[in-house]
Amino acid sequence: MSTRLATGGRLLDRTRGLEFTFNGKRLRGYEGDTLASALLANGQTLVGRSFKYHRPRGIVASGAEEPNALVNLGESGRFEPNQRATTTELFQGLTATSQNHWPSLEFDVGVLNNFAARFLPAGFYYKTFMAPRAAWKHVFEPIIRRSAGLGKAPKDRDIDRYEHFHSHVDVLIIGGGIAGLQAARAAGASGAKVLLVEQTASWGGRAPVDGAEIDGQTAEDWIKNALVDLESKANVHLRSRCMGAGVYDHGYALAYERVADHTPGDGRPRHRLWRIRAKQIITATGAIERPLSFAGNDIPGVMLASAVRDYIANYGVSPGDRTVVVTNNDDAYRTAIALKAAGLVIPVILDARPEANGALVEEARDLRIRVEVGKGIAKVKGGKKVTGISICAQAGEGAALEDIACDAVAMSGGWSPVVHLWSHCGGKLVWDETNAHFKPDVDKAPTNQSGEGFVKTAGTASGAMSTGAVLQDANDAGKAAAKAAGFSAKSTAAPRVADVPEQPMAAVWSMPQGAGIKKRMKMWLDFQNDVKVSDVQLAAREGFESVEHAKRYTTLGMATDQGKLSNINGLAILSQSLNAAIPQVGTTTFRPPYTPISMGAIGGEARGELFQPVRQTSIHDWHAANGAYFEPVGQWRRPYCFRRASESVEQAVHREVKNTRQALGLLDASTLGKILVKGPDAGKFLDMLYTNMMSNLAVGKCRYGLMCNENGFLIDDGVVARIDEDVWLCHTTTGGAERIHGWMEDWLQCEWWDWKVYTANVTEQFAQIAVVGPNARKLLEKLGGMDVSKETLPFMQWANGVIGGFDARVFRISFSGELSYEIAVAASDGRAFWGALIDAGEEFGLMPYGTECLHILRAEKGFIMIGDETDGTVIPQDLGLEWAISKKKTDYLGKRAQERSHMTDPKRWKLVGLETLDGSVIPDGAYAVGQGRNANGQRITIGRITSSYFSPTLDRGIAMGLVEHGPDRMGEVIDFPTIDGTGTVIKARIVNPVFFDKAGEKQDV
Amino acid sequence: MLLLECPYCGVAADETELAAGGEAHLKRETVGSLDAEFEEYLFMRENPRGVHFERWRHAYGCGKWFLAARDTMTLEVFGTYPAQSKKPPKAIENLIKKKRPDWKGWA
Repeated sequence: MSTRLATGGRLLDRTRGLEFTFNGKRLRGYEGDTLASALLANGQTLVGRSFKYHRPRGIVASGAEEPNALVNLGESGRFEPNQRATTTELFQGLTATSQNHWPSLEFDVGVLNNFAARFLPAGFYYKTFMAPRAAWKHVFEPIIRRSAGLGKAPKDRDIDRYEHFHSHVDVLIIGGGIAGLQAARAAGASGAKVLLVEQTASWGGRAPVDGAEIDGQTAEDWIKNALVDLESKANVHLRSRCMGAGVYDHGYALAYERVADHTPGDGRPRHRLWRIRAKQIITATGAIERPLSFAGNDIPGVMLASAVRDYIANYGVSPGDRTVVVTNNDDAYRTAIALKAAGLVIPVILDARPEANGALVEEARDLRIRVEVGKGIAKVKGGKKVTGISICAQAGEGAALEDIACDAVAMSGGWSPVVHLWSHCGGKLVWDETNAHFKPDVDKAPTNQSGEGFVKTAGTASGAMSTGAVLQDANDAGKAAAKAAGFSAKSTAAPRVADVPEQPMAAVWSMPQGAGIKKRMKMWLDFQNDVKVSDVQLAAREGFESVEHAKRYTTLGMATDQGKLSNINGLAILSQSLNAAIPQVGTTTFRPPYTPISMGAIGGEARGELFQPVRQTSIHDWHAANGAYFEPVGQWRRPYCFRRASESVEQAVHREVKNTRQALGLLDASTLGKILVKGPDAGKFLDMLYTNMMSNLAVGKCRYGLMCNENGFLIDDGVVARIDEDVWLCHTTTGGAERIHGWMEDWLQCEWWDWKVYTANVTEQFAQIAVVGPNARKLLEKLGGMDVSKETLPFMQWANGVIGGFDARVFRISFSGELSYEIAVAASDGRAFWGALIDAGEEFGLMPYGTECLHILRAEKGFIMIGDETDGTVIPQDLGLEWAISKKKTDYLGKRAQERSHMTDPKRWKLVGLETLDGSVIPDGAYAVGQGRNANGQRITIGRITSSYFSPTLDRGIAMGLVEHGPDRMGEVIDFPTIDGTGTVIKARIVNPVFFDKAGEKQDV
Repeated sequence: MLLLECPYCGVAADETELAAGGEAHLKRETVGSLDAEFEEYLFMRENPRGVHFERWRHAYGCGKWFLAARDTMTLEVFGTYPAQSKKPPKAIENLIKKKRPDWKGWA
């Protein structure tokens, strides 16, 4: 059983004890512990259940590569699933629960899957759940959803805050081991701005644990001095608990800083996402040890040899009293030596190589540790924990030679450089036969905007396998990066190291070499996804030969650890099965982030009110204080209606419509787009932009205009006013102002750049208020200041003047069919002017109205609305707007397209009004059906509803729609089947789309 | 995330500051053109694996449109230049020829 040693633990502060709970059990650890080391210190080797077979699983690793020890962390607003115990720093009061088991971790019913493993091979889901469909939906899916999967989704709102940092540096160095530190020294010496990030809380990486001697100092001392040196430099910035998450195009990189994960609730942001632009990036990301594939390699107590060493040296935790070491390389002997130094028992070191005589091997032998060469593990014994192993010859089929009792196994299959960040943006890899791993191909680095490599690797991440080689490589990388970033590198020398010579490792992909199917079905490749050697072999046999296919078929290398442990072992098995060399099989694609990062960090401050800016008119506060029921219109908030006391929304809208038709309504139309177009060629330009003529509009007059794109489709509409000889004011839809302004600029900058035209979007410079209804003139005359009579200011004209003391521009335009003045005042006067109108309007029955009333008023008049009657496939001719298309002009945007055969097809659906026979309201978007069926057996459609409302004025449902040959079919009744399942068909008569005041007399008084 | 230098304001702009506008140097066809010519203008776009000329707008910067010569596969940027150009500047053309000897050439 694992336990805390009496002494040791370089990262611990034993004077500061911490309490935490695991599955409700109260446990103790020290400051400096990770959750994993604290669990092991408390003898908790069983930490979870596997994904598919619900097998008991323990801690395998000590860092980001951990596949098993995933826990639910925290509670309610700080609850988060799938947190790796190995990268979770312990803090006072931490609460964690294990995942993927029922009813309990110790006793899990799902383990039955384990006994049925023979029937759950790779591709099981695809093979089993082909048919029938109903069985999938009602039987299989609910069961699988309950039994598969990892942690639980959080239910509560995240109570922490998150933020983004933006940083521009010359050299970004990812990884704060000795390679990263030396690279930072070398790059920093040139004066380049350097950012060095390290994912853990401590600097120096593995070197202090592995016991290197650098420049005559212990690794620990060298690291301390290097940090002092770096911190003294103004151009070097260091961040711990900050993981390089991804490398992207043109030197962009993301880093993920876990600011307050270990100090929850202290007021700091929990996570910080660093968005970095670097001229050069150095990945000093180290290497990850590979497991060995032997039967039972997933039983709790089987760990990576390096992790065993880490737990002893960093945390003073012993993984077991009797630890068997199994290896194919010299490095694992360091673990045996560390165990021995801690006073623990190593029954045997099993070395799969035929012989082993390196310096570390001899040191172990000198410590009287039994070393067996050419041997391996036939099987691990135990269920919820290791109880022993059987030794076998590596060369054979696994006949047990000897049984040995032990409670832990330290395995090492060699080391793989962490190439993820190198590969994210296209860095290529080469296969290193000697060390049996992929390493960066230095000639094929990711390239930047200049076509030059912008990522370099340093240290073990390059494939350098000894301390001396690591520091030399890192020193070179640091200098090269500084030079590539435009600095002249100083001739810093790499530190001197006396390396312990190591003998070559030997690739071992299966232990023993000739293991039969029973053993291969117990050899785990991917612990997290429960993928075994036999699964990958099956995938190859079934034709999934591409590594990307085999990955998806078996799920090898998926989920939160993304195959950090399993990748190379899986590839090797696949390549053997395909009789191909490993480099030919290749790797799957490495994608960011390196390890999962929180959604909160990605969102940063952009949540709640800051998610998207809300645009408010200058009159917004009055609306909010007077019962406005708001709706979003683009980024604006506009009153949908103004509710009174006990009114429903619908009642309010109907009251507003009637009052505006009968007395007086007031609309905040400030959101309407307003674009000034000015210059000697402005008229010519607007003639190209609008379908009708704008150059001949007289100063002082207004004209309704339509804009189309080059496809001929209607994109916006609005009233244009000619302000001066060379100035036009173009009104656009509320949602269209920015888009249309951009559209104008596009044509002016990219096509007609020699035309002398200037545009300005002045939408927010003005408050615009529509005074609408039979009493409109009376109100303005009461306020006084300018002549608004029909004679002086007739329909479709505008004038500057003063109303009630406010400088105003008054447009006689109407979107309601009523006598209407749209009055623009400076935005700063908007609120005061609105107030003046409200106060003076009481005697004329004034009521404010909202957007829904506006919609009904316009629909009663048959006025089109962009986005209702148009959907990006409608041309003006479809809407009966030929009167707004100039016949005289030789060209305008969309004119040529409107000549295309499909656009002139007489069968195009055209705008009509529709009245239901029973007076009801047809659902918006409903389709009209004709006789017959199409090739798919569906009813032929002959039209659809584009706008549909209850008209309070006419006391019945009214609708507009596009109908095939519609204008030629006045009076005909057509069918609109409902989709509510009742089979009801609504019958509607085709009528003129102008329902109210067909002659247009009310607006022109 | 791409980094393109706006030729007007000189800023090396992040892709998030920019709006993409598709292929550059299209010749506008209009009234009087044949159906095939108009269709070519309206719908047909180059989609090369390699050298591409394209329109970008410094939308969240100076607001100007500009043009860029870029390799769609490696994302190398050969240069940016004003939108008011009938064809790429000679210097950019020469640079592309030097870096991409197989390039079929301008237009």
